[in-house]
Amino acid sequence: MGNHSDGSPNHSGTVATAGQSEVAKFQDPGIPPHRLRLADTDPRAAKRAERQVALLFGSSVVGTVIFLVAYFAIDLGADSTIGTVRLQNALLGLGTAFAMLGIGTGIVHWAKALMPDHEVSEERHAIRTEEDRQAAVRIVDDIVEETGIKRRPLIRNTLLGAVALAPLPALAIFGDLGPRPDDKLAHTMWAPQDGKLKRLARDPDGTPIKAADVTIGSAFHVIPEGLNEMHEGKLDEKAKSVVLLMRLNPEELNPSPERADWAYNGIVAYSKICTHVGCPVALYEQQTHHLLCPCHQSTFDLTQQCKVIFGPASRPLPQLPIAVDSEGYLVATSDFHEPVGPSYWEREEHVRNNNA
Amino acid sequence: MSATTTPDASVFVAETKGGRITDFVDQRVGGSGILREFGRKVFPDHWSFMFGEVALYSFVILLLSGTFLTFFFDPSMAETRYAGSYLPLKNVEMSVAYSSSLDISFDVRGGLFMRQVHHWAALLFVASVSVHMLRVFFTGAFRKPRELNWVVGGVLLILSMAAGFTGYSLPDDLLSGNGLRIIDGVIKSIPVVGTYISFFLFGGEFPGTVIISRLYMLHILLVPALILLMIVMHLFMVVVHKHTQYPGPGRNDGNVVGYPLGPVYAAKAGGFFFIVFGVVALMAGFFTINPIWNYGPYDPSPVSAGTQPDWYIGFVDGALRLMPGIIGNWQVEQVWFGHVFSFNVLLPALVPAGIIFTVLFTYPWIERWITRDNREHHVLDRPRNAPTRTAIGMAGFTWYCVMWAAAGSDLIATHFHVALNDVTYWLRALFFIGPVIAFIVTKRVALALQRKDREIALHGRETGRIVRLPHGEFIEVHAPLDEYKRYKLVGFESPSPLPAVPNDHGVVDKKEKRRAKLSQWFFEDRVAPATPAELEAAHGHHGGHEAIEAAESQKTLSR
Repeated sequence: MGNHSDGSPNHSGTVATAGQSEVAKFQDPGIPPHRLRLADTDPRAAKRAERQVALLFGSSVVGTVIFLVAYFAIDLGADSTIGTVRLQNALLGLGTAFAMLGIGTGIVHWAKALMPDHEVSEERHAIRTEEDRQAAVRIVDDIVEETGIKRRPLIRNTLLGAVALAPLPALAIFGDLGPRPDDKLAHTMWAPQDGKLKRLARDPDGTPIKAADVTIGSAFHVIPEGLNEMHEGKLDEKAKSVVLLMRLNPEELNPSPERADWAYNGIVAYSKICTHVGCPVALYEQQTHHLLCPCHQSTFDLTQQCKVIFGPASRPLPQLPIAVDSEGYLVATSDFHEPVGPSYWEREEHVRNNNA
Repeated sequence: MSATTTPDASVFVAETKGGRITDFVDQRVGGSGILREFGRKVFPDHWSFMFGEVALYSFVILLLSGTFLTFFFDPSMAETRYAGSYLPLKNVEMSVAYSSSLDISFDVRGGLFMRQVHHWAALLFVASVSVHMLRVFFTGAFRKPRELNWVVGGVLLILSMAAGFTGYSLPDDLLSGNGLRIIDGVIKSIPVVGTYISFFLFGGEFPGTVIISRLYMLHILLVPALILLMIVMHLFMVVVHKHTQYPGPGRNDGNVVGYPLGPVYAAKAGGFFFIVFGVVALMAGFFTINPIWNYGPYDPSPVSAGTQPDWYIGFVDGALRLMPGIIGNWQVEQVWFGHVFSFNVLLPALVPAGIIFTVLFTYPWIERWITRDNREHHVLDRPRNAPTRTAIGMAGFTWYCVMWAAAGSDLIATHFHVALNDVTYWLRALFFIGPVIAFIVTKRVALALQRKDREIALHGRETGRIVRLPHGEFIEVHAPLDEYKRYKLVGFESPSPLPAVPNDHGVVDKKEKRRAKLSQWFFEDRVAPATPAELEAAHGHHGGHEAIEAAESQKTLSR
């Protein structure tokens, strides 16, 4: 191993050694000698590799046949079940996999076992020559000079101004992508219509809920009466107006004075739309009286007017004031007093307007 | 060029059939120059170079399967009643988009297969782009002259996530609808224009009736067109730069060592396309992905627990989960000047992703400034030989993984029977200390591996054979390396910190001082490659017994 201790620094390639201490480095010994494969020396091994490649290509043909048989023999008629679909899907996958893997592994095996495996070294050429670079710089300078843009600032500045303003129409034509928000987010369909209070109805069938049906510990998913009969914008309204209805022991609720008459006999209704980013707060823990949003785990405490006790939400769920009408059905005495769902820039203004 | 092409062409007559075809094409379009340039172009070979290929091939599979799906998918959000063959949803009110997605799954022959191929290929596409970028980062392949190609790669990563998300939303099922709802909530938190952007995107209030068709146009036209454009630029630059190669004997910054494009490299790369396709087909055949029929049509009221977004959105969703909405008694959402600032949504949605992509896009220039290394690099670094860069990469990767894990906090809690709140508290802590720990551990591991390399280079490989010498001493026999293997362990640069350099006016300005400090931090812990003199000394130490080396520590940590 003494031939490596000659102490000559390695200057092969373009590696500059700026910032490095100039100690002797190992000399690059060059590409390792090529080793012959079995198939290079033994014709029988080569023949064997050839047969293996052919076998792999053959398995691809089998795969194609499997696909075609599965495609035509399995009928997705009216009486097909999910089992039929699954079976066909599995066979189509198996067929395609064989067809593709057969070709792929065959070619790769062919390349690795039979094609020449000599590693070659090729010179890297510089991306550009110094001569080209200088010529290019000169050309750019000449072009800029001939336009005279540096000498005539009036032209330059007016052009810049024009170009800066020209995209405005392009922005403007996107103005009709949607309506202006106005105060649409501030109201839901719980607002009394023509003096008639909206009944609370079951989600999804829409039957109204009697106060007597709500036992302690139960929870209802609620929509406003009349939502299911809507044709236009039904989902838009539903996305704002879904409500969770729960009944607790009245002494477990601790309503603030201004919300004293928002509950009926321990029955409370809260917006189901999370104040974080709007997922439905669908999980009710009966024992702890916590509401949990399954998307990001915001947790609200029913006994503290749905205050946030954990998770990324920052505001309590809005409460829907409820009462009972003459027939014993639960009704909303007014709309929510604040916009439901995630926060938005104009929300505070809408809260003020709603309460004015 | 000249009008007398035909008589001239008979000067050279190709003898083989392949030659005649080549000649025919060449006389019409003049491709011989291209063939001469590329036919035998040398490509270095390494398994880690295949991630980029996987990305390219899964994109081709996406184009093929996606085209099939467009023939049957209808992006309308009009209300309809399901009349297909999946009985549990019979007569259920739903959008035409969801209904046609169900038809693709149950009533179009091979439709379910194509849907699953498309979805698996999409997941694989984003994954392979990400892993490819990690490979490029950790091996330093982004260094000059490849900085711009690194940026194109970053744009491709963003585009691939955009393609994934727009596609994920199209079936209009319950799960994807909830995903859109979250996006809507995030958009609404943007100051000043958030509400308007939300209304313009959804054509009114959420969910409206236009979002699916708008996303569809983005998904099948705009985003794929941009991806294609970026891929063309990416590959063009690969050709201009030629591929990087791993360090080793015979490889340096002035050459490319590998196999010629034709036939070996082309065969391997071409064959690999079929292998990727085959594996995707196998997954599509046997592993269900996104069973939309289980979720039902989108409805703003129900939601199922334990649902997950596609993996690449996970880190943003996880960040949203980690952010507390109330700290102590302080509401993170603030009302200033009569307007709402939802920092509890805005910060986690924008800041981590913003930091990750800003650092990603600027890193080549940051490192170049710190190291003042303006040379071209075509030989890659082994990650251990650039300990600080590797540690930075692992810190970022760990940060990403913590956020990603947070997206499954509920599943972690149920699976390991721990409290959900505790999982969140731990992940919040890890969000801050995880990257720091990762940085320190990675750097130490890299330095330890370098020392190990030194030891092996100087003393050879441990053979596990114990020999008793005549005077009773036991030693383990070390086998010396051949010169090629040794060169792989010693043939790297180990730059030392670069002190502040005065500028043209002979002044060391503040910026330069800062750079020198960062350079100190970057390179202060270093293990120098073994030198021939050290090898000589190591051999001489043992009285010329070349094959028998004591396992005595000869580590020299130079500073």
